Amino acid sequence: MTDQNARPDGDAPEAGSDALENVQVSSPRTPGGLLRQWWSQIVAGESGVLPVVLGAIAIGIIFQTQNARFLSAGNLVNLLVQGSVFMLIGMGEVFVLLLGEIDLSLGFVAGIGGTVVTELVRSGTNWPWWAAIVTALAVTTAIGALQGTLITRLRLPSFVVTLAGLLGWQGVMIQLLGVGGTIPIPNNTINNLVNGTLSDLTGWILAAGVVLVFGIATAMRDGQRRKSGLAAPPRFLTVAKVVVVAAAAAGLVALSNVDRGVRAFPISGMPWVIPIVLGVLVVWSLLLGRTRFGRYVYAIGGNAEAARRAGINLARVRTIAFSLAGLTAGIGGIMYASRLRSMSTSFDGGTIVLYVVATAVIGGTSLFGGRGHPLHPVLGGIIIAAIVNGMGLLGLSAAIQLIATALVLLASITVDVVVRRRGETAH
Amino acid sequence: MTNETARPGSAAAEPLLRLRGIEKRFGAVEALKGVDLDVPPAQVTALVGDNGAGKSVLVKCIAGIHEPDNGEITFEGRRVHIHSPKDSARLGIEVVYQDLALCDNLDVVQNMFLGRERLSNGLLDEDSMERAASQTLADLSVTTVRSVRQVVQSLSGGQRQSVAVAKAVMWNSKLVILDEPTAALGVAQTHQVLQLVTRLAERGLAVIMISHNLNDVFKVADRIAVLRLGQMVGEGPASGFDSQSVVELMTTGRSSRNGDAPTRSPGQAP
Repeated sequence: MTDQNARPDGDAPEAGSDALENVQVSSPRTPGGLLRQWWSQIVAGESGVLPVVLGAIAIGIIFQTQNARFLSAGNLVNLLVQGSVFMLIGMGEVFVLLLGEIDLSLGFVAGIGGTVVTELVRSGTNWPWWAAIVTALAVTTAIGALQGTLITRLRLPSFVVTLAGLLGWQGVMIQLLGVGGTIPIPNNTINNLVNGTLSDLTGWILAAGVVLVFGIATAMRDGQRRKSGLAAPPRFLTVAKVVVVAAAAAGLVALSNVDRGVRAFPISGMPWVIPIVLGVLVVWSLLLGRTRFGRYVYAIGGNAEAARRAGINLARVRTIAFSLAGLTAGIGGIMYASRLRSMSTSFDGGTIVLYVVATAVIGGTSLFGGRGHPLHPVLGGIIIAAIVNGMGLLGLSAAIQLIATALVLLASITVDVVVRRRGETAH
Repeated sequence: MTNETARPGSAAAEPLLRLRGIEKRFGAVEALKGVDLDVPPAQVTALVGDNGAGKSVLVKCIAGIHEPDNGEITFEGRRVHIHSPKDSARLGIEVVYQDLALCDNLDVVQNMFLGRERLSNGLLDEDSMERAASQTLADLSVTTVRSVRQVVQSLSGGQRQSVAVAKAVMWNSKLVILDEPTAALGVAQTHQVLQLVTRLAERGLAVIMISHNLNDVFKVADRIAVLRLGQMVGEGPASGFDSQSVVELMTTGRSSRNGDAPTRSPGQAP
């Protein structure tokens, strides 16, 4: 967003459209200019998601050279499915991290979500799937609201409140499931959320629809800016963005539609969970990027005092953020239960929440608040799933996997802190 | 309560803000002991005083952060009671605090509209806000900010100050209070900000500038008000003061140049 090609103007003319022109950015019009601008942003510490994308490519190359199955269509789809629970809970965690807080309870809040759904559709209760899901999400949202209220109204530290949540909700979950219990899910719709697949054609139609909506929205937005004389990306960039998204969508559908089963049991088609993750990603991105609430979340994370003086109701925004974190974690928990077609007391929400924070940080969300995006845990989730999956393919032990994940996490937090320091000294 | 009306140089302009006998006490400490102050429109009034003189308390009484225990505030000729920052904002009083209260992670437009975002169809109307922010900066001839979509973190101290001031004047404000706007700025940036302060007055706004730096004060102030230990010890057109008399008023409460009583005597032309 910084424009390195801006001219150092002398004295501005008087007010009016001429003066307006003066404050405006002269956007680079050529691909070369754009590249140069992009590069200077990276040097200035605004690298965005670049490190994580490079990391993903590096991981892909490393594992592919070791095991040719790693980049096979079937394995890549598997990897997305494996990462989906982390991605979803991670998108909840982002709300809290953006505020500069942390929520350690989200793992077991997700566990509660999965448990409630399981209990409601199990034989004997037999609720319809939608009622079970709505109830489970209401419960996890209420948990988030409760913890958020304790944190904001009583001014308790979020670390401690949610640490209590980590312990307490595990207890509640075990109580609900019964000691040593594993409860199978007899409901096909719930099980299909992760295990079901779209037909090949539905996958293509869905992808085409997404690309169409994205293309129209992007073109309209950029066109509007161009018309009103604001700094807008040049036309080729608008086209390039749409082309990239279209290529990504087509690639994803093509990958999913390759048969990844064995001869007797062919499996193909996009797992339902992929559009579910993307849907949550789009909705939360809009909420954070285009609404007042989202703006206030960023503002509070950046400078809470400034936000307070601007008349923002800090307690309300914070409580809503914690509630949304609970809601999103609930979705993740339902996906977890769906993937295993059951819920059991061995659900390890403690480890999950640590991985979840890791996915967000690896993706580029700051632990210090004010910087982050729902896309980050999705990218970070791919990285973590890739490491776990790749090492599994290589037959490496759990010990090595844990150590490798730790190193990746350390690397990403280092990037976070170094970027921060850079930004601070950039003026 | 003395000779407020017969002040040479304050011109015929009716003061925008008129304080009479403002008292504020914190427990046993008497922070303000009956302060009078007139702030005319389209002029820069410098409020000077040593540490603990009561400058900040006075400003906070105007901004609605403190409520005076006693005294009258008149704004645009009407007696007003300012109970909260919202009240002062409604009157058109904006304060730019020393710490600026900007969010480093948000860009210039987002900061200028923080808390008062424009919406269209329930979503943020970025284009309209960007245009308005650019226009305001252009009106104030702030040309050093390259892009209004830059995050504030990447701005220099002077640019931040400019953004904070622009944010304050954006809302049809009539009185802008600047708390030490040039503290911690380099020479060139101080010059920038002082120019901006002058421009505010030229646009018809009343400006109160708190400053320790008498150089800055004499560069831009039309009027000077000197506080000492909660009392106004000198107030009048800047031409009636020089550095020495201001320092004397700040430290001893009287000036050998004027040689008159220590109470709120307007500095007379030499």
